[in-house]
Amino acid sequence: MTAHAPAQEPAHDHPTPGTYAKIGLVLFVLTALEVGLYEFTFGERAGPLGHQIEPFFIPLLLLLSAVKFALVGMYYMHLKNDSKLFSGVFVFPLLIAAIVILALIALQAYHWAFARSG
Amino acid sequence: MSDHAPALDTFTGLDSRKLAIWTFIGSECMFFATLISNYLVNKGRSLVGPFAHEAWTDPVTGKVMEPIIEIPLVTVGTALLLFSSLFVVLALYGAQKGNRRMLLGWLGATLLCGIFFVGMQVYEFTHFVHKGLTLQRNMFGASFFVLTGFHGTHVTIGVIWLATMFYLALRRKLPPERSLNLEMAALYWHFVDVVWIVIFPVVYLIR
Repeated sequence: MTAHAPAQEPAHDHPTPGTYAKIGLVLFVLTALEVGLYEFTFGERAGPLGHQIEPFFIPLLLLLSAVKFALVGMYYMHLKNDSKLFSGVFVFPLLIAAIVILALIALQAYHWAFARSG
Repeated sequence: MSDHAPALDTFTGLDSRKLAIWTFIGSECMFFATLISNYLVNKGRSLVGPFAHEAWTDPVTGKVMEPIIEIPLVTVGTALLLFSSLFVVLALYGAQKGNRRMLLGWLGATLLCGIFFVGMQVYEFTHFVHKGLTLQRNMFGASFFVLTGFHGTHVTIGVIWLATMFYLALRRKLPPERSLNLEMAALYWHFVDVVWIVIFPVVYLIR
């Protein structure tokens, strides 16, 4: 395509208000699940079930968070229907961001486990 | 964006303004990644209280103090921010369809949610300072205030941007063919929401 070629944005079938409301409800339920998970594991309602959940607490929270993130990105930010270029300029930095977070955690863990003690 | 988008004479065939806001959002992802990393690597490294989730003894008074985080308050703020994302997308739908009542109603609701969220954060920060947690107090205070403070600043900028859109809509200067102006503000607002979706469990729920 040349710089002067007439081009048109692809036609998009954006969700309807009903779909947006359903996504909103799912997001609300997932947030309630996150807080409920915290309450049953560490809160005043924590019991034997909470102790069983504890090893899975962080992975479960991260999973719920990732699902919420994806839902907002795909439906509310329209990445599901919009041009793939928009997804690219969002997801690529997101991957770099995730690598930065993991690398810094690994670096600090190494420092505290080995380097610091000489 | 409507199903009958006008022809765009650009290299990508996409509106350059929309590509620009997505590129900006991409760069903001990396900005917040550094702040979240900073919080995570300094987690549990505070030598003195207050702590996020553990009780602590004040060395001056000898009193045992409660953990500082209050989940119910922040949960309300989180719910408001999530609902505001729904409201702004409904406002955008109204703008694209030329439904002024829908645009103004949902945009007004978004603004209210944003203002309440900022208010919640101001209250929380004030409350924490009264309990002895400041930027200088310990590693938790420094990393917490920097991370949530920058997020709060972004929310405040989003509120100002959306208020500008509301003003334009009130003056009938946001017709369907100019709805991209609102779409860009809405994308920024959703980004602020997804950042909070990460901050909420990382800072407030994970111990």
